[in-house]
Amino acid sequence: MPFSAQPPASGERYALSASLDNARHLSSLLRAVHFQDHATCLATASGLRVTVEDAKCIQANAFIQADIFQEFSIQEESVMFRISLSVLLDCLTIFGTSSLPGTSTALRMCYRGYGYPLMLFLEEGGVVTVCKINTQEPDELLDFDFCSTKVVNKIILQSEGLREAFAELDMTSEVLQITMSPEKPYFRLSTFGNAGSAHLDYPRDSDLMEAFHCNQTQTNRYKISLLKPSTKALALSCKVSIRTDAQGFLSLQYMIRNEDGQICFVEYYCCPDENITEADL
Amino acid sequence: LSRIGDELYLEPTESGLSLRAVNSSRSAFASFLFAPLFFQLYEPGSAGPDTELFRCKVQMKSFLGIFRSLPSLEKSVGKCLILLKPRASRLVLQLHCKYGVTKTHNLAFQECERLQAVFDTQRCASRLCAPARVLADAVVHFPPTLAEVTLGTGPGGKISLRNYVEDEAGESCRGRGPLAHPGVPSSPTPTPSPPPELSKTMVTELWLAEDEFQSVAVAPGSHITFCLREFRGLLSFAEASNLPLTIHFDEPGRPVIFTLDDTVLEVHLVLATLADLDNSSQSPSTNGVSHLPAPLDDFPDDLESYMVAMETSEGGSAGPPSPTFPLRTPRPAESNPEEEEEEEEEEGAVPGTPPHKKFRSLFFGSVMTPGRPSPATTQEVLAEDSDGES
Repeated sequence: MPFSAQPPASGERYALSASLDNARHLSSLLRAVHFQDHATCLATASGLRVTVEDAKCIQANAFIQADIFQEFSIQEESVMFRISLSVLLDCLTIFGTSSLPGTSTALRMCYRGYGYPLMLFLEEGGVVTVCKINTQEPDELLDFDFCSTKVVNKIILQSEGLREAFAELDMTSEVLQITMSPEKPYFRLSTFGNAGSAHLDYPRDSDLMEAFHCNQTQTNRYKISLLKPSTKALALSCKVSIRTDAQGFLSLQYMIRNEDGQICFVEYYCCPDENITEADL
Repeated sequence: LSRIGDELYLEPTESGLSLRAVNSSRSAFASFLFAPLFFQLYEPGSAGPDTELFRCKVQMKSFLGIFRSLPSLEKSVGKCLILLKPRASRLVLQLHCKYGVTKTHNLAFQECERLQAVFDTQRCASRLCAPARVLADAVVHFPPTLAEVTLGTGPGGKISLRNYVEDEAGESCRGRGPLAHPGVPSSPTPTPSPPPELSKTMVTELWLAEDEFQSVAVAPGSHITFCLREFRGLLSFAEASNLPLTIHFDEPGRPVIFTLDDTVLEVHLVLATLADLDNSSQSPSTNGVSHLPAPLDDFPDDLESYMVAMETSEGGSAGPPSPTFPLRTPRPAESNPEEEEEEEEEEGAVPGTPPHKKFRSLFFGSVMTPGRPSPATTQEVLAEDSDGES
């Protein structure tokens, strides 16, 4: 064999090396942000952040904190590279995507440093697969400058209430309009499609509403094609926080509980759509 | 209803909300009338002395899209509110769901004429009533692609169902939606495939004993041929709602009427039936409806002139004088407006008529005394039905 199928000895110096007993903890989260082929990975001592962007308008981040991993060691302050997310996901799920109880794919991830490929060692049932995925120069990422002090409106909803709504969004509408207000309709999702307009209203006293902090009435529109991929993250999550700032930038944060009960986060940031003319309601 | 047409007609009446559909060739019509008691609240609005109750039609797909997933609807929706707002040009459907969530859909609608097939179950010589399951079990033996089926009455009160096979004279009609091409000019002679050899065609025939039916009151030796597709749609509804299905039929060529009755719901499905060309006598009996000696009525199969006549008449349920059949272009020299032979009409190719199928939109006719020419006789029907142009 040209190279060893054994994972490298711990003496070797890798910029990043991590082990995960169940690769699904990583793959399911990555799927929730997989709306573009490429992603930028950033590893720090806190863990791994995988970022996907589109159209300079939307950014999704998947966070897998260090304590999710059985082993997570990083030799530099931070390690960053661009990689094909499609290929990464294909490798992580190389033993199949169906989750039979009791079986899981174990993962060891190694990255030697700038210019080196990302090595994945995957094992299930005694079978080992080694993958080497080329890495690229990381892109410059958008900074939405979204911090909690700038938030105007914020609600936290149980994902159960939004899942069906997002899955059934009228995709003939160009935009998804989000209204947040201290008064009626409190929280409203609207579409303007070929058949007509549709509004989904969530009252502030709904059982689904975990937190409701709306100070100002805001109505913003976002390109529906950009937000639709967030449905995947919504499907995995148990709670979602929806925040807007004064410019109408939208932050969606999804709390995801994995098979072992550990909590991870996925977030989506989206710019409001300026070009849409006022649709009649 | 979506198995029949692409548009859903909503007509609030004093006796309830009527939802209707018609197919493009006007040979199938269905209406569901929900009595006021079906609803928690029913306000049809008020009709003034000069105005009728407002009615409209919407795209079937748009309407169905609101009720996409039945299981999740049952789980999460408590109440549905339907509001017709003529001034805002919107049909509002509001679903009140679990957790206080409200889904509001504002559908664009189109104003429309009253969609009504004229039919009278009293005038049907034969009537059958059976639990929907009996008929569903019978129909399951026919392939899903089968277009037409013949229902017949046999000796000993038995009822037969048989797949319809075109005879040697006609063109093959199996496997094709029968009423598929409005606006396509029908050719005088059938074209492509040669008629199937009868000996090589699979024929399925099923006999049901009289006691399978709840009631049987049929004219012996009668039979009708109608389209299975629309019927299957009604059958699944009947099965799901556990209602017995009544079939009213008469002679070939006269529409067959399927009804479901409940305390709060009245369903009618009217299908045109194949006219019996074999029995074509040259008798100038009725206006080209059927060649068997027919009772008094003239059944125009021209929707356009009928609808025009409806609009211009003084109204009233009796209906306007029935236009005769300008399926043909008027050729006064060649034909007598009072007697229209079906063969002539079939051969006279008129653009805009349903294709060379022998089904006709018979049932948009009205009852009238025979032999009376209508003022609309000379109207040339070349265009598609009026609803198609909106």
